[in-house]
Amino acid sequence: MTLDAKIPGGAIVEKWDRHKFEMKLVNPANKRKYTIIVVGTGLAGASAAASLGELGYNVLNVCIHDSPRRAHSIAAQGGINAAKNYQNDGDSAYRLFYDTVKGGDYRSREANVYRLAQLSVNIIDQCVAQGVPFAREYGGLLDNRSFGGAQVSRTFYARGQTGQQLLLGAYQSLMRQVHAKTVTMFTRREMLDLVIVDGKARGIVARNLTTGEIERYAGDAVILATGGYGTCYYLSTNAVNSNVTAAWRAHKRGALFANPCFTQIHPTCIPVSGDHQSKLTLMSESLRNDGRVWVPKQKGDTRRPEQIPEAERDYYLERKYPSFGNLVPRDVASRNAKQVCDDGQGVGDSGLAVYLDFKDAINRLGVDVIREKYGNLFQMYHKITDEDAYTVPMRIYPAMHYAMGGLWVDYNLMSTVPGLHVLGEANFSDHGANRLGASALMQGLADGYFVIPYTIGHYLASAPLPKVTTDHAAFKEAADNVQGRITKLLSVKGSRGIREIHRELGRIMWDDVGMARTEASLSRALQAIPKLRDEFWQSVSVPGTPDNLNQSLEYAGRVADYLEFAELLALDALERRESCGGHFREESQTPEGEALRDDANFTYVAAWEFTGVGRKPEVHKEPLTFEEVHPTQRSYK
Amino acid sequence: MRLTLKIWRQAGPTVAGRLVEYIEDHVSPDMSFLEMLDVVNEGLIKKGEDAIAFDSDCREGICGMCSLVVNGVPHGPDRGTTVCQLHMRRFKDGDTITIEPWRAAAFPVVKDLVVDRGAFDRIIAAGGYVSFNCGGAPDGNAIPIPKDIADVAMDSAACIGCGACVAACKNASAHLFMSAKISQLALLPQGQPERYRRVTAMVAQADAEGFGSCSNEGECEAVCPKEIPISNIARMTREYVKAALTASK
Repeated sequence: MTLDAKIPGGAIVEKWDRHKFEMKLVNPANKRKYTIIVVGTGLAGASAAASLGELGYNVLNVCIHDSPRRAHSIAAQGGINAAKNYQNDGDSAYRLFYDTVKGGDYRSREANVYRLAQLSVNIIDQCVAQGVPFAREYGGLLDNRSFGGAQVSRTFYARGQTGQQLLLGAYQSLMRQVHAKTVTMFTRREMLDLVIVDGKARGIVARNLTTGEIERYAGDAVILATGGYGTCYYLSTNAVNSNVTAAWRAHKRGALFANPCFTQIHPTCIPVSGDHQSKLTLMSESLRNDGRVWVPKQKGDTRRPEQIPEAERDYYLERKYPSFGNLVPRDVASRNAKQVCDDGQGVGDSGLAVYLDFKDAINRLGVDVIREKYGNLFQMYHKITDEDAYTVPMRIYPAMHYAMGGLWVDYNLMSTVPGLHVLGEANFSDHGANRLGASALMQGLADGYFVIPYTIGHYLASAPLPKVTTDHAAFKEAADNVQGRITKLLSVKGSRGIREIHRELGRIMWDDVGMARTEASLSRALQAIPKLRDEFWQSVSVPGTPDNLNQSLEYAGRVADYLEFAELLALDALERRESCGGHFREESQTPEGEALRDDANFTYVAAWEFTGVGRKPEVHKEPLTFEEVHPTQRSYK
Repeated sequence: MRLTLKIWRQAGPTVAGRLVEYIEDHVSPDMSFLEMLDVVNEGLIKKGEDAIAFDSDCREGICGMCSLVVNGVPHGPDRGTTVCQLHMRRFKDGDTITIEPWRAAAFPVVKDLVVDRGAFDRIIAAGGYVSFNCGGAPDGNAIPIPKDIADVAMDSAACIGCGACVAACKNASAHLFMSAKISQLALLPQGQPERYRRVTAMVAQADAEGFGSCSNEGECEAVCPKEIPISNIARMTREYVKAALTASK
């Protein structure tokens, strides 16, 4: 299989405009004759479903939650990037593109990233028009702040709830289309299989989570906007229902999975407090605008932070990276936190934490300014830790946060299965090996509002799509497959808890496929995962029946998929024998301990083809070429 | 800590439910309330018993999915806190805790502690938006919005749609929820063209869903995890009256 990314010709600044002109259109009167299935209602899914509904397509939108407004995009705190240059500080689409390619450590596709930077400005306009209450300056204009990996202020925000406000904007547009009957909403449904007819994605099979019914949905194209796979690590900043299942089932039906080892560990999360913990809470990266990261210089220093004099503190990010300081990209910040903790300088009971200190900012700006900027985050910190960050420094530690890897897509956001499009975090395309802060919201909305409405029209107008109904044999086969798996899960009747097994998988992933990976650790993980998978199928206990709301059954299905997917993630990490972005192989580092890429051998996207559970998948490589930004050793010093 | 839990169990929407007692011995003060329920469920699952169904997702107080009445109070004893952010350090060894679902006719129980809040989506669908198709938006800075107005609009927009306001209200009124969205959009210039149509349509939908009226007791504000002020309801009422007086037909 050759992977054709279908990147349009011409100069990078013209590619998207040229492509928009060259793509075929669907006549307005014909749009309602096409049915598009959208799975997911986060930023990417909701913006896609709403925009396609506005265009006049018949949209079926499947949502795993009780309401589309719950999708995990809602938890994004800090902001959304856009190259508006409102601050007159030298920003441009080209600079955002440059920062994103560099931040991604030269493992993303230039053409996609440039389009993303170009569209970023439209997103802000679109969201303002919807009534999203972005932060304003006294003159009434939009306010910006800075984020990691950039030297300009281009991040738009709505207090610490930017994701929530953007999602509600998209959700409201979506509900408007539900009201207009262009979109039909199916809540509490989980996609469990993809249906392919004559080589094209023509539908899905989903379980109605309330009644247990196995439902079939047929259409002319399928869009997956089902998010990332962070909960493969058990503890992550992702919501507890986030999962890889829809993407994984599509992968098993032929969609290639790209760069699964590109995972992002977020540097500023509240540290783990015990075994009972079900998730980790992020403290927005925006806090690094005003907070200073430090640890005691002396190893094993057990004094309280306020007892440690200035001279005995190590502000290690400011020391090592004077030009970016506390605002280095996430991968660099995370790795450095791990390093100082490994060296015995960590703080807190576990020694697995560093301080994020606001004392200087409070002295400089006053407590009211800090409260206005970050009040909700300080409050959240207080609820979880019972500590007041206005008076004592926050304790933070890295945690699994975001998946840069995902289903492989071409420039049109179509996977290797014709008709199956993948948006947002679920695809792999724009962030390379490391995503910059405030870029996930940008990508989800760019994909949904401004890319897919064009590219899906081109697909529909180009492909012969004879009518398919849910009686087709392919639907029956998929529904039987889903039914069989449910029956199998319920019939194990073992004695081990689902959560217990998930926690064990998480431990393997964090210890051996986490922030620092080695040949030995990855080989160990590749032994341990299949063993745990076998154990799951022999000893898991899934109580209840399949014919009603059964959260144990839902959870077990997701963990079962993770037990297959985790092996692919570890294998991809093993075979990528270089360090880049969030993927750090200890064997490949500079004398200063920074990630060392191997451009000669690894400037490609690894796209994996499923060959069977427990069988080695086949890798297909999409070479990456850099015509605009020339790969150099990233330096934030 | 050792706790006695009285938890509402109900197999489905059409069967009667009842409080069932569970004893949990392994509760740590650092656990969140939902993590404590996870522990109870893990015990039940290992014994092959049906786990207690409850909704949750982000577990950081923003998605609005968690929805438990703890000792008679939606989201439990802490002010401005969703139940997922409530921690067990708030309770004492030996306590008895009663856990129930939201109770309102417009939020029917699906199972155990899970309710159907689809009515809220239908209220938003009736008019809780700016009718604006994607594409062709003017520049974001084309409409300056005074900071104080933007800030108040943001206070209202902070609603997470959890439904605690309804669960706390003796009339099961959705006024706080509705008024938050109506206020946000009535305050901002983008919301002006549909200002009166919006309030009329959303209130009509809430009535059709079976939510009650407001009798100004403020229970909603007291339990709101985002501390949305009741002044939003006053604003909504003004908007509603103005809409009635200026109606073209």
